[in-house]
Amino acid sequence: MADTPIIETRGLTKEFNGFTAVNAVDFRMREGHIHALIGPNGAGKTTFFNLLTKFLRPTRGVILFRGENVTEAGSAELARRGIVRSFQMSAVFPHMTVLENVRIGLQRRLGTSFHFWRSESSLGSLDRRVMELLEAVDLADFARVIAVELPYGRKRALELATTLAMDPKLMLLDEPTQGMGHEDVNRITALIRKVSANRSILMVEHNMSVVSTIADRISVLQRGQIIADGPYEEVSRNPQVVEAYMGSADAELGAAHA
Amino acid sequence: MNGTRIFYVLAALFALCVPLFGIYPIFMMKLLCFAMFACAFNLLLGFSGMLSFGHAAFFGSAAYATGWLMTAHGCGPIAGVAAGVGVSAALGLVVGALAIRRQGIYLAMVTLALAQVVYFVCLEAPFTGGENGLQDVPRGALAGLLPLKSDLVMYYAVLAAFVAVYLLIRRIVHSPFGQVLKAIRDNENRAVSLGYDIDRYKLLAFVLSAAIAGLAGSLKALVLGFVTLSDVTQANSGEVILMTLVGGSGTFFGPVIGAALVVTLQEYLSDLVGGWVTVIIGAVFVVCVLAFRRGIVGELAARTFRR
Ligand SMILES: Nc1ncnc2c1ncn2[C@@H]1O[C@H](COP(=O)(O)OP(=O)(O)O)[C@@H](O)[C@H]1O
Ligand SMILES: [Mg+2]
Repeated sequence: MADTPIIETRGLTKEFNGFTAVNAVDFRMREGHIHALIGPNGAGKTTFFNLLTKFLRPTRGVILFRGENVTEAGSAELARRGIVRSFQMSAVFPHMTVLENVRIGLQRRLGTSFHFWRSESSLGSLDRRVMELLEAVDLADFARVIAVELPYGRKRALELATTLAMDPKLMLLDEPTQGMGHEDVNRITALIRKVSANRSILMVEHNMSVVSTIADRISVLQRGQIIADGPYEEVSRNPQVVEAYMGSADAELGAAHA
Repeated sequence: MNGTRIFYVLAALFALCVPLFGIYPIFMMKLLCFAMFACAFNLLLGFSGMLSFGHAAFFGSAAYATGWLMTAHGCGPIAGVAAGVGVSAALGLVVGALAIRRQGIYLAMVTLALAQVVYFVCLEAPFTGGENGLQDVPRGALAGLLPLKSDLVMYYAVLAAFVAVYLLIRRIVHSPFGQVLKAIRDNENRAVSLGYDIDRYKLLAFVLSAAIAGLAGSLKALVLGFVTLSDVTQANSGEVILMTLVGGSGTFFGPVIGAALVVTLQEYLSDLVGGWVTVIIGAVFVVCVLAFRRGIVGELAARTFRR
C-alpha cells in the first residue's frame, strides 16, 4: 500500500451549536481519481468541503493532504499548496472581465501582487496563458466581457478556468452542473474529464448520469456520515444507499442505471 | 473615453489659471486638501469596499504632527509633512490591523471607536494645545529655497501634491495590487480560495488610504497655519464620507467634485446663514442620495455609458 491518498480525513467532525453536520468522517481519496460525493440535501457535503478548505474550523478530527497533516493550515495557504475549491453558488468576480477573472488565478505567482506602484500592463505577460485557458473552456470569444453579463452555464465554465489557472493538485467542485440545461451539463462534464489528467477531482454532484460516466469512485454521505464508498456499480446497488435516496433521487439512481 | 481626456485637460487648465481668475487662493488650497482627503477615503470605500467612520484621525494626527514639529522644533515643510504622513501611516497600520478582521458596519464601528481615542489623545496631550490647538504654524521654505509664505507658491505646491496623489491613486487602482483589491471587493471567499491572504491586501489598502489622508491633513496645517481639534472630530470623519458619496464613491473624480461642493457651500454660505450651513449641506446630501445613488460623477458616467 505505497499509495498515499491525496486527501484523507480521520474522525472529521463539525458541530453547529450541538447539531452535528459532519460526523466522524473517515474519508480517503486516491491520487488521480475523479471522486464523487453524493447524498441528499442537507447531508453535509458543502460543510465537508468547507472543512477540507478550512472555510470552517473542524470541531474534531484530522485532515491529511498527501500524508501531511494540514488540519491547522489556513484557507489561502491550502489553496497555494494545491487544494482549490469552487463554490456551490457561482463564484466569478462579477465586475471583472472574463480575462481578468482568469488572470487573477495566475497573477499571484508573478510575485507582484502587492506592487501598487506597478502598471496593470505588467500583467500582460500572462495573457497568452489566460487565452489558452479560456480556449479550453470555450470562452475565448468572451475575453473582454464583464463576467456578470455571462449566461449561467458560461459563468460556471469561467469559474472552472479560474480554478485551472491555479494548476491545482486537488480540485473540489461543489455541484458544478447544478441548474444547467442538458447541453451545458454535457459540456462541463466533458471539460471535467479533460482537465482531470494529472490531477485529482472531488466533486459533489446530484446528476447520476454525470457521476456514472466520469467518477472513478463514489462516497455517499447521509446525515453527516459516510454510509457507502466504492465504484458506482457497487454503491448504486447498496440497499442502504437506495433507501437514503427514496423518493425523487431514487428514480434518478434507477434512471442512470438503465 | 475621449470626453474624459478633454475634461482632464480643461480641469488642469482651470487649476493652473486659478490665480488669474482672482479666486481666493487659500480657499482653493483648502478645497484641494479636502479633495485629497476625500480621494484617500474613496480609495478605501470605493476601491477596497471598506467603510471607515474615523478617517479624521489620520487627517488630524498628521496635521498635529506636522504643526507641532514645525512650530516647536523648527522643522522644514518637507520634513514636517513627511513626518505627518509617517504618523498617519503608522496609525493606519494599527487601526487597520484591528479593524479589517471585521466586516461592513462592524469594521466601521472599530474605526469609530479608535478615532474617538485619537480625539481624546489630541485633547489631552501636552503638545497639541488642548482646546486652542496649534496656532501660527510657519510654512517655511521648500528645500530652504522656495518660500511658501507666498500664497501663489504655496498654491502650486499644493496643486502639484494633489495631482501626484490623484495619479498615484489611479495607478494603485490599475496595478496588480489593485486587481487583487477589486477581486476581494467582488468576491472575498473566492479570492481566499485562489490563495490570497486577503487581510494583508486589505491592510495595505488601509495604510495607503491613511497615509494619503495624512498628507492632506499635513498640507492643510501648512496652508491655514493652524491645527485645531475640529481636524480630528467625528464631524470631520462624517464630512469626508459625505463628500465621497455625493461626488460618487468608486469613481476617480467623484470625491473631488463632492469636496468642491461641500467646501464651497461651507465657505460661501456660512457668512450668509451661519449655523444653518450644516442643515443645508445635510439637505444636499439627502437630495443627492435620493436622486443619484451613485453620486454625481457615478450617475453621469452610468448615463453616458447607457447611451
Ligand atoms: N454555518 C452553519 N450554521 C449552522 N448550520 C449549518 C451551517 N452550515 C450548514 N449547516 C447545516 O448543516 C447541514 C448540512 O448542510 P450542507 O453541508 O450545506 O449540506 P449539503 O451541501 O449536503 O446539502 C444542514 O442541516 C445545514 O442546515
Ligand atoms: Mg451543498
